[in-house]
Amino acid sequence: MGATFRPASRESSDRSAGDRLRHRQKVRRSIMDNIGDIVAEESIIGRSGDQVVKVPIRGIKEYQFIHGKNQPSVGEGAGDDLAEGDVIARKPGDAAGKPGQAGEEAGVDYYETDITLDELIDMMFEDLNLPDLERKQMSSIESLRNTKRKGYRKVGLRVRLDRRRTVRNKIRRSLSTSSRTDVANDERVPFRAEDLSYRHRTTEIHKESNAAVFCIMDTSGSMGTTKKYLARSFFFMLYQFVARRYEKVDVIFLSHDIDAREVTEDEFFHKGESGGTFVSSGYNKALEIITDRYHPDLWNVYAFHCSDGDNFASDNPSAIKSAQELCDACNMFGYGEIKPQRATAYGNSLSTFSRPSPPPISTRC
Amino acid sequence: MSHPGLDELREWDDRVVGLVDAFGLECAPQEFEICDHNDMLGYMAYSGMPSQYPHWSFGKAFEKQKTLYDHGVSGLPYEMVINSDPSLAYLMRDNSLGLNILTMAHVYGHNDFFRNNSTFVDTEPQYTLARFKSHAERIRSYVEDPVAGPTAVEATLDAAHALALNCQRNMSLRKTTRSEQQQRAIDMSTPPTDPNAAIHAPLSKEDPDLSRIPLEPEPDLLLFIRDYNPYLAEWQKDILTIVHEQAHYFIPQMETKIMNEGWASYWHYQVMSELDLPDDLRIEFMINHNQVIRPHPGGINPYHVGFRIWQAIYEREEGAGPIDHRRRDAGHHALFAARESDRDSSFLRRFLDRDLVRDLGLFEFTEKGRDTVVSKVADDQGWESVRDTLVASVGTGSLPVIEITDADFQGSRHLHLVHRYQGQELELPHARATMELLRTLWGRDVFLDTVLNEKPARLHCSEDGFSAESTDR
Repeated sequence: MGATFRPASRESSDRSAGDRLRHRQKVRRSIMDNIGDIVAEESIIGRSGDQVVKVPIRGIKEYQFIHGKNQPSVGEGAGDDLAEGDVIARKPGDAAGKPGQAGEEAGVDYYETDITLDELIDMMFEDLNLPDLERKQMSSIESLRNTKRKGYRKVGLRVRLDRRRTVRNKIRRSLSTSSRTDVANDERVPFRAEDLSYRHRTTEIHKESNAAVFCIMDTSGSMGTTKKYLARSFFFMLYQFVARRYEKVDVIFLSHDIDAREVTEDEFFHKGESGGTFVSSGYNKALEIITDRYHPDLWNVYAFHCSDGDNFASDNPSAIKSAQELCDACNMFGYGEIKPQRATAYGNSLSTFSRPSPPPISTRC
Repeated sequence: MSHPGLDELREWDDRVVGLVDAFGLECAPQEFEICDHNDMLGYMAYSGMPSQYPHWSFGKAFEKQKTLYDHGVSGLPYEMVINSDPSLAYLMRDNSLGLNILTMAHVYGHNDFFRNNSTFVDTEPQYTLARFKSHAERIRSYVEDPVAGPTAVEATLDAAHALALNCQRNMSLRKTTRSEQQQRAIDMSTPPTDPNAAIHAPLSKEDPDLSRIPLEPEPDLLLFIRDYNPYLAEWQKDILTIVHEQAHYFIPQMETKIMNEGWASYWHYQVMSELDLPDDLRIEFMINHNQVIRPHPGGINPYHVGFRIWQAIYEREEGAGPIDHRRRDAGHHALFAARESDRDSSFLRRFLDRDLVRDLGLFEFTEKGRDTVVSKVADDQGWESVRDTLVASVGTGSLPVIEITDADFQGSRHLHLVHRYQGQELELPHARATMELLRTLWGRDVFLDTVLNEKPARLHCSEDGFSAESTDR
């Protein structure tokens, strides 16, 4: 009575694909609901689109009638010294932790799922309700394709068949394999596959030179999750916009209050300073770095500044002057203002910015 | 198919089977399928079934397992075997020879248990694969049917899954038919014959309401809804039947987890000990075996608890000396008797004595606020309580018992149910969500009488929302 052994049938290899897809769709809805947290917390700028982001989300709950948690349970492994009343575990005190902390509620299971950055971008666009036109601009891949002729090949597309050369090949062949001299039209000599000659074309993608993106953020005052989300998605989308057009993109993060510092992405989003605001410090720092490392003749420079609009009035003239210089140095300079709901006097800053004319400055509130 | 790896496995299988037979296990024909770890993840999500109907919950199970596996939190089960005839089990190609031999011995233990334990008597294992395949085909056909479609099918499945385990769990009780229930109602309302009828005033006889639905509290929620909701489409009724059947198929496995894993571990140990293994394989076996039956501190490892209990059953008869299972001694008989007659709750109640509770280090704990506190230990006063708590929590004992008592509540075809409260209250958010799903299946309001905060309460789910009110008067 031996057992039968057999190798796995190949068809069972991805039977779960359909169910996983359907589950993924449900999860996507759940991600959409949480997207603010995800984008605020993840280091997503500077990543390529197909990179995978691990997203902790709640599993889609499956319900049934169950008992509540205050029921006694039994475990094994007690030593002789364990006595009634001993506390063997204690939940951490403050439940108001970071998002993504393991849930305590009954039946909540947190686990990770993978989504690609492209999927995340799509979801963000959906969430932000951009009209189609802008979305297309942001997501289209700009490829400057030139087709250059590059010789001939024996295989190719029918439309590229070079008839003259093909006939010449045939004549050459039949001449060399027979003694006839007037073979061209007198008799039907069939073509052979080896006679066929196709024009060969290569696509040449016009390689742009490198790009540098300056992200300048005003870190005076507090930036809560929503503001971070807005700032982050602002920079993220602009970065993606640029990244899709260039081979190599450098990202430089500058945070400023009265002084400007070059920081890492993490610090950029996580350190909140307080204090006054000299917007010009940020611009000047950017200009400094440009002169140092990213000469506009060699680099395509983009600069984007995010602020809450509260600049010291005394700084405005020098801010505008620096902004003008930046405009000259950059392909595009963008300014975004994050406005709290109860906005007070900042109309000042905005209006002074709208005075300098080309290159265009985009504003988004 | 001849394959150097497969041939070697076949050789070892022959030796293992020789011992399995000599020890008196009675197995169905066994099939092993060799797969890689991705396939194994796939099989785990589908409980080992080659065919299963489509539902997102299986995708979720897969993702969850994969996450745990990718993060090294849980190794893949080296074994997966299903209750079928012939029995089907999976071996992972990437596993070492030693681990695969151990797995095979373990699988035969399960095979014998499925075939001989009384809880499995009605599971019809010869039809398992065909049955699941039929379920898959029927549900797929509903998904593709324009009248039903994937969204409606998914909604019905979601609701059915939520209620699947609310069914008659004691398989040995035969379901009474409605006419039998009517007869019983008549019998009970007839007063007993009075020998002194001539001189007594005639006792009043109340005619039972034979049209009441249900006549007796109904534990099979899905079947009841299927039979008494006239607005369900045929395909919906079929889905309820399918989900109920599958729950019924899996419940015996839930009820015997500790016994079954213990049994398989016990016999893999006996077989591996008797096999003539080269040194490296023997060492590997000891390591793997100890890994499998190591206690899980703070939890219950069914492999560990089961293994130790089976050992104890044998040792109570034969003492702790060398074992020869070729002999049919008293210990052997005790093992095989228990393997047939018990399920986890009775198994633990019968065989967990004070010494075993202490040796296993069993203790009881509860949650008090944010703390997890030890409530009972295995001393003279506490050990029985520890044992009783464990007995109550195994198998389906941990699930609430909920029965339908009226299908025409308030004269408006509202559904009325009762939770058989025995000291454990329902988890409210889950109850609420489940009642909502129940309401979508039934089509009208749903009422559930239960106990909340130690006082009687009634939960009500309608189109407009949910309420939980105390009915304490």
